[in-house]
Amino acid sequence: MVQYNFKKITKVPTGKDFVDIVLSRTQRQTPTVVHKGYAINRIRQFYMRKVKFTQTNFHEKLSTIIEDFPRLDDIHPFYGDLLHVLYNKDHYKLALGQINTARNLIGKIAKDYVKLLKYGDSLYRCKALKVAALGRMCTVTKRIGPSLAYLDQIRQHMARLPSIDPNTRTILICGYPNVGKSSFINKITRADVDVQPYAFTTKSLFVGHTDYKYLRYQVIDTPGILDRPFEDRNIIEMCSITALAHLRAAVLFFLDISGSCGYTIAQQSALFHSIKSLFMNKPLIIVCNKTDLQSLAGISDDDKKLVEEMRSEALKTLIGQGGEPREGAEVLLTMSTLTEEGVIAVKNAACERLLDQRVEIKMKSKKINECLNRFHVAVPKPRDQKERPVCIPQSVLEAKAKEAAAKESKKLERDLEEENGGAGVYSASLKKHYLLADDEWKEDNMPEILDGHNVYDFVDPDILQRLEELEKEEGLLQEVGDGDEEMDVEDLTPQQHKELAEIRKKKSLLIREHRIKKSTAESRPIVPRKFDKDKRFTSERMGRQLSSLGLDPSKAIERARSKSRGRKRERSSNGDMDVDDDGSNKKMRARSLSRLGSRSRSRPPTDVLVPGEGFRDSAQKIKAHKLAKNSVFKRNKDAKKGEGDRVIPNLKPKHLYSGKRSNGKTTRR
Amino acid sequence: MRLEKCWFCSSTVYPGHGIQFVRNDAKIFRFCRSKCHKNFKMKRNPRKVKWTKAYRRLHGKDMTQDATFEFERKRNRPERYDRNLTENTLKAIKTIDKVRSRREETHHKNRMKGKVAKERKEARKEHDQQLHMLIAPGAMVKDTSAAKVTVKVQHESDENRMEE
Repeated sequence: MVQYNFKKITKVPTGKDFVDIVLSRTQRQTPTVVHKGYAINRIRQFYMRKVKFTQTNFHEKLSTIIEDFPRLDDIHPFYGDLLHVLYNKDHYKLALGQINTARNLIGKIAKDYVKLLKYGDSLYRCKALKVAALGRMCTVTKRIGPSLAYLDQIRQHMARLPSIDPNTRTILICGYPNVGKSSFINKITRADVDVQPYAFTTKSLFVGHTDYKYLRYQVIDTPGILDRPFEDRNIIEMCSITALAHLRAAVLFFLDISGSCGYTIAQQSALFHSIKSLFMNKPLIIVCNKTDLQSLAGISDDDKKLVEEMRSEALKTLIGQGGEPREGAEVLLTMSTLTEEGVIAVKNAACERLLDQRVEIKMKSKKINECLNRFHVAVPKPRDQKERPVCIPQSVLEAKAKEAAAKESKKLERDLEEENGGAGVYSASLKKHYLLADDEWKEDNMPEILDGHNVYDFVDPDILQRLEELEKEEGLLQEVGDGDEEMDVEDLTPQQHKELAEIRKKKSLLIREHRIKKSTAESRPIVPRKFDKDKRFTSERMGRQLSSLGLDPSKAIERARSKSRGRKRERSSNGDMDVDDDGSNKKMRARSLSRLGSRSRSRPPTDVLVPGEGFRDSAQKIKAHKLAKNSVFKRNKDAKKGEGDRVIPNLKPKHLYSGKRSNGKTTRR
Repeated sequence: MRLEKCWFCSSTVYPGHGIQFVRNDAKIFRFCRSKCHKNFKMKRNPRKVKWTKAYRRLHGKDMTQDATFEFERKRNRPERYDRNLTENTLKAIKTIDKVRSRREETHHKNRMKGKVAKERKEARKEHDQQLHMLIAPGAMVKDTSAAKVTVKVQHESDENRMEE
């Protein structure tokens, strides 16, 4: 059974708060940035998301409210009636209904506006739609503000209701106001109910718990009931009436014998008779309280008669239950809470009566099987006086004796261990009990690894057979053999081999040189040929290389030499000079003498015009040369390959980008 | 005690070597050394890494299917110990190893079959085409012309003969 916990209902925010919560959530949990330059779909999505998000939030929160509050029809009628008495069922239902409609309305609003948003064509329009949607949702919420406030009030009150379990053992205390009900409950339980001389001190139900025979009992203290017609009763009295009506409990009707509560016994008995219909099927005990002021024997005859009437009524209920009619004293008890005499007796009587009734009901119900274990086994009565001792057959006795003997003589592993030197010295042979085909194999150590293989992987009952097959296969394969195809192509002669080796050497040399050249060309400027310090470009070298190739180098050497030697010698022999002698011989001689051995001899001097070059006169040629030299000079200093070389080997040199500045800031280095 | 296979390179992992990695789905990866482990962490596919057995098998460099591989299989049901069986198994392991290595050799030989012929052909081609690096083409031509032998003919004797 669900233990009613009205304390778990979530707090219902006020209308304003509600709106604030939901709107701020939307603000925080949806994207916030949108520009009018975005794609229209994106803008639409953005605003649609906001509208939908707000709607879902409202929906969620309203749903939790609706679900948390108990449905009066679904809960125990006691609570249903109690809530009705306290809060008016209709009002309550109306409030919840309003919340429900608000939820639906918000859903509709959201749907409509999302539909409209699908066709929004500008940021402004979409935004206006979203503002309208959210605004309408908020107005709806504000309108249900009073309902929300009401529900919150209810929630607070409900949380403070006493937790009464309608199904457990309960004792209900009722009677006129001021008769001593609260003092009684204070005496038997740990409850601390207000006790005051004025009427209606207790304004609602109070619960206390006591124990009897190892069972827990709820004791419910009710506010006093006045003798009025049903319709005139106020809320407080209705609480106790509800409790009486719905809880299956033992009822203690309190009677003030002394009349100090302000009501006579007649009035009280009148009340008793008017509500006796509520005592149907409940164990009833009439308790005469305040006997310290007035004892039961000392009251007037009329009152006695009335009391007797009440007792007979109570007896009727007892008989109706089916219990054995014991003395009538069980339904009429006296006590005094002030002097505490008879209090325990009353409690015990009430608990006992209730227990009996509950046990009876349980016995008759189907749940008896679950309680069967609480019954004891009856011992059969002896039929006659004949002695019937225990009878055990002989074989069983012998077997038992043997077992006992075997147990003593059986040697445990532990004993074995002790004999052979104790725990550290002796190690038990775990293989002792192995079941093998041949017992000699028990202590064998089987190798686990052999030649890089796991032996366990190879173990197979028919391994021999398979091995045979494998060997056969192998034999067949080996017979086949393989032909030599290597004689199809002829090998080169040794001379050719030597030549090939030389070719390969030369090739690899070329490749190596090329690689070096390639790598250095990008990172370092190359020394031009005219500064040839290794003498790699001499004519003798050329001659040697040409002769190694098998050619006659003499002609080539002559030609090379003719170009580098002085003009004087060449001019007489042949005209294979490609330079026109414009200037005087003296000049040329001087030049040639001063520049002995340098390569620039092969290049004509700058002021000498060569017809193919396209200069107007030598002055222009000199100027052109100067310009060229100027541009080349700077580039060479930067080790650039040429005018197109824009390579920056190190884009961010560390020394320029790191370190502290002695003056200036890091932003401007 | 079991010898495991390295997940990456498929070599055997002896006890006391390597690292085992257990993934969240409870799959165990064993590595023989940190090289394989690091390659695995780099998410390299062993089938693409040249030196692993997986690559070699996939690309046909090593034998893939053979009867000798069927002998070695992880058996989950233990057999009852039998000394004779164990002896036979141990001997069998040795012969199986021999057979397997022989077969691998033949496989390798088959793979390398046409190599010598190919190499010779290539060598011949290279020699023929690149000979100009050693002996200039002009020199070679000159050689043949130098081989020409000029014979001086005695005209007078002939004329004499003809007159007679």
